[in-house]
Amino acid sequence: MELSAQRLKGRVAFVSGGLRGIGLACVERFLAEGAEVVLSDLDAPDSALATETMARLGQAASYVSANVAKEEDWERAVALVKERHGKCHVLVNNAGVDLTGAVESLSMEGWRRIMSINVDGVFLGVKHFTPLMAESGKDVRGGSSIINVSSIMGLVGMNEVSAYNATKGAVRLFTKGIAIEFAQKQTPIRANSLHPGFVETPLLKAGFQRWVDQGFAEKPDDLVAGVVASTPIGRLAQPSELASAAFFLASEDSSYMTGAELVIDGGWTAQ
Amino acid sequence: MAGRLEGKVALVTGGTTGIGAASVRRLAAEGAKVFFTGSKEEAARALCEETGARFAAHRVQDAAGWPGLIDQVLGAFGRLDIAFANAGTESGDASIEDVGIDGWNNVVAVNQTGVMLTVQHAIRAMKANPFGSGGSIIVNSSMNATRPLGNYVTYSVTKAAVCALAKSAAVHCGQKGYNIRVNAILPGVVETELIMGILAAQADPDAARAMYNAMSPMGRMAKLEEIAGLVAYLASDEAAFVSGAELAIDGATTAGMMGV
Repeated sequence: MELSAQRLKGRVAFVSGGLRGIGLACVERFLAEGAEVVLSDLDAPDSALATETMARLGQAASYVSANVAKEEDWERAVALVKERHGKCHVLVNNAGVDLTGAVESLSMEGWRRIMSINVDGVFLGVKHFTPLMAESGKDVRGGSSIINVSSIMGLVGMNEVSAYNATKGAVRLFTKGIAIEFAQKQTPIRANSLHPGFVETPLLKAGFQRWVDQGFAEKPDDLVAGVVASTPIGRLAQPSELASAAFFLASEDSSYMTGAELVIDGGWTAQ
Repeated sequence: MAGRLEGKVALVTGGTTGIGAASVRRLAAEGAKVFFTGSKEEAARALCEETGARFAAHRVQDAAGWPGLIDQVLGAFGRLDIAFANAGTESGDASIEDVGIDGWNNVVAVNQTGVMLTVQHAIRAMKANPFGSGGSIIVNSSMNATRPLGNYVTYSVTKAAVCALAKSAAVHCGQKGYNIRVNAILPGVVETELIMGILAAQADPDAARAMYNAMSPMGRMAKLEEIAGLVAYLASDEAAFVSGAELAIDGATTAGMMGV
């Protein structure tokens, strides 16, 4: 049995929210496995973060500034991928935001915002990439692969996290719906959801800081210590550990996996 | 050489055929040293020759034989990093109305007690690994853990039981700081020799095959290598934060209803 060193050679991937955290780690991993990657984020192309990151990532990566909640931005992103690569085998719908607070305190505006980014964003990404991925998937064992980033908060509820719970739960079942749809129509696209636990990302840090500001804890480290203590493996995850799961789902190795949930939480939901 | 399990030692129960044998091949191809068990000695010899793996005749439910088996693994390779609790049976099983006590006990012994013994002895060995405690244990459950079969009550019950066992062991190992992960995989219908045999024995094998293919929205059964790919991922350090998880690999069979 011969196994290759780089296992995404010749593949094209699109990663939303690719400048930070889990998205960036996915971009880096896919590039290391030989793929070409287009990444999107909200930052302007000439922003310091975008220019520095793209210079470091090299020629196989390209950037598009896009808002996942806007349909015209997805149309532009797909057009760019088509023009540059002519195909797309992997889509990671990673971009997301959080929202916490007592349910009676949440504004309609805040609710619409998180639904538009976390749910509309995933729907639009799938809708607009499906024709290209269906075509590209014909040449690949297991077909193309859609990886939707849900959360452990899409599996269980949590105090004052209801809006985020709702969006991530939606992503979980949207993924199963399209997985069955594609499989039944013999459309060569698989779709699976990732369910990260507590990952050391900018989003987690910002969220913890907000809880400190609201008086839930004295300092962010106290919240980190609490999360670590409640996680059987006893630490936070690194973004690269989510990227390795995304890589597995992107690769031929997961050719029979579709409609599945990959939980990466150090045992948090097992207890 | 592209091995992602270089330097690791693996134990696969029920490794002479089916998903077990495919996993022996894949783990070996990734650079692991592999030890496997089972009772089909002829098939085992051929697999050893092909992959360089080692074999010992052992039945997973044989509690008294476990310490000696682990001694053989450690004697051969000096450590244990990966254990795939794969051995399983449905021999003697039937519906709740018809199952006999011997059939029930046989399936429980292999599928449930055998997995418990595998996980227990793997943890004991992994705890004592040179350069520190650590390892990855993979339990072969089934999609029938969440979608029980009417005509295989014991199989369905034991496959659900080992999911809870994997989670309990994962939580235990995490809380103890062992750096040992435990996960369950839930395959759909797989093209094993067992299934192929059942199909071939039908009056109309082609019709039977079409019926099995149609169980999955994907319209086909899983290939052995596809399950082994998931085993290799969970066995590797790629899955270092994955523990206590249930991984469905069933072509969307349990993702929902196929509709009209």
